[in-house]
Amino acid sequence: MSDLQLKDLYDGFRDPDTIKAFKKIIDEDAKKLEHPINIMEVCGGHTHTIMKYGIPQLLPDNINFVHGPGCPVCIMPKERIDHAYVLSMQEDVILVTLGDMIKVPGSNGSLQDARSKGADVRFVYSPLDCLKIANENKDKKIVFFAIGFETTTPMTAALMDTVIKQDIKNIYFHINHVTVPEVMRELIDSRDEHVDSYNHQIDAFLGPSHVSVISGSKIYEEFPRDYKKPVVVAGFEPVDVMQSISMIVKQFIENRCELEIEYKRLVSYDGNKKAQDLINIYFEKISLFKWRGLGNIKDSGLKLRDEYAKYDAEVIYKDILPIAQIEDHKLCICGDILRGMASPPECTIFGTACKPSTPIGSCMVSSEGACAAYYKYGNLL
Amino acid sequence: MCLSIPSKVTHIDEESNVCTVDTMGVERKASLDLIDQPVVIGDYVLIHIGFAMNKIDEEDALASLEVYREIIEKMEEEDRRQAILEDDNCPNRG
Ligand code: SF4
Ligand code: SF4
Repeated sequence: MSDLQLKDLYDGFRDPDTIKAFKKIIDEDAKKLEHPINIMEVCGGHTHTIMKYGIPQLLPDNINFVHGPGCPVCIMPKERIDHAYVLSMQEDVILVTLGDMIKVPGSNGSLQDARSKGADVRFVYSPLDCLKIANENKDKKIVFFAIGFETTTPMTAALMDTVIKQDIKNIYFHINHVTVPEVMRELIDSRDEHVDSYNHQIDAFLGPSHVSVISGSKIYEEFPRDYKKPVVVAGFEPVDVMQSISMIVKQFIENRCELEIEYKRLVSYDGNKKAQDLINIYFEKISLFKWRGLGNIKDSGLKLRDEYAKYDAEVIYKDILPIAQIEDHKLCICGDILRGMASPPECTIFGTACKPSTPIGSCMVSSEGACAAYYKYGNLL
Repeated sequence: MCLSIPSKVTHIDEESNVCTVDTMGVERKASLDLIDQPVVIGDYVLIHIGFAMNKIDEEDALASLEVYREIIEKMEEEDRRQAILEDDNCPNRG
């Protein structure tokens, strides 16, 4: 029925002429802005696109980016990594996790360090890979250190579902799933405790789109309505980002404040019902989750429901998991970066003591972290 | 950790509910357990950590591309007009 080709998708949404065309539209519209606008991109995927394609340089001076919380890896506090570390050091445990998590330093070191001390830590591409590991290691306990925003939560729920349906006896879960609207709210609400101009740091949001593929755009409804911050749910290609910025600017000059979806080819208002249902079966909110650099945020984390406690590594290993609260490195300003109050080069150890090979904060560890993006694409600045 | 590259479904194994996709020439397998729409061979889907998350709406994708094309054309026209106007106003035209 259709003539859509993969090539159209790649080329079309990365097309330099289209980017230039949007630049023109934005340049024209931005002249009509009454004040400069700061747009927070909440998600690290956007930070990456913005840096990689040099989008700040394409924009007029009165449109700025502030980088947001970014990636589940960036916001993982040391306390949770210490949990993973301790679990991985158990003789009969294979600790399984995703992505860059393995490199994030905890207070005893990273999971990579644990591995070099003999721990069995495995990085997988998909939570489903746990099934194979569990099957091949029946005498071991597989602990899945689950991380991620709304995007990855249903995948953990799907693994849980399979574990129960197939009555698999050696897979356990350490849940670190966090939710995005709560942190966005925190970033706006926390203005009183911080510099007085803080509230003015965010005028609008680029909404994380993969989160909305699952949750629907509806989760951001409160921001235009209650906080007067427009939200445009944006795709990850450079054209998507440019179009979304143009949509935000248009809202300002037309005096509108709305929730809009730019990434219509994947995001709907309601999102993926099946995934949402699965999440609700297995997870419930916890009252507080600590975000690295941001502190405790109300209702921002998930845990397994009590009826699944026998799969919950935090319950099973309660006695050995450390409970100490840990401060971040004194010089690391990840917290301010995650709040959109500072940019990476303002950190005194950026690129010197702290770089991707020797990361101090997780903004540098995660390949999608703001510091890593600045380090990698810094020559574009 | 997130790729937003679309993948084309090339094979579906009904029994395991797993599809094979082609992502820019790389073949991968992905679970269909989380997708809430029917998927057929030839569909474009977004894969995230081993799961097909959502179908890419072709109509919307094509519509956006069409809008972009129009914007560029309009721009060029405007550019052209601009150039002509500027030329018209050029004092050195003689
Ligand atoms: S995991 Fe990917 S989509 Fe999710 S917040 Fe991080 S960069 Fe964005
Ligand atoms: S450069 Fe390193 S230490 Fe500084 S804020 Fe970024 S991650 Fe933290």
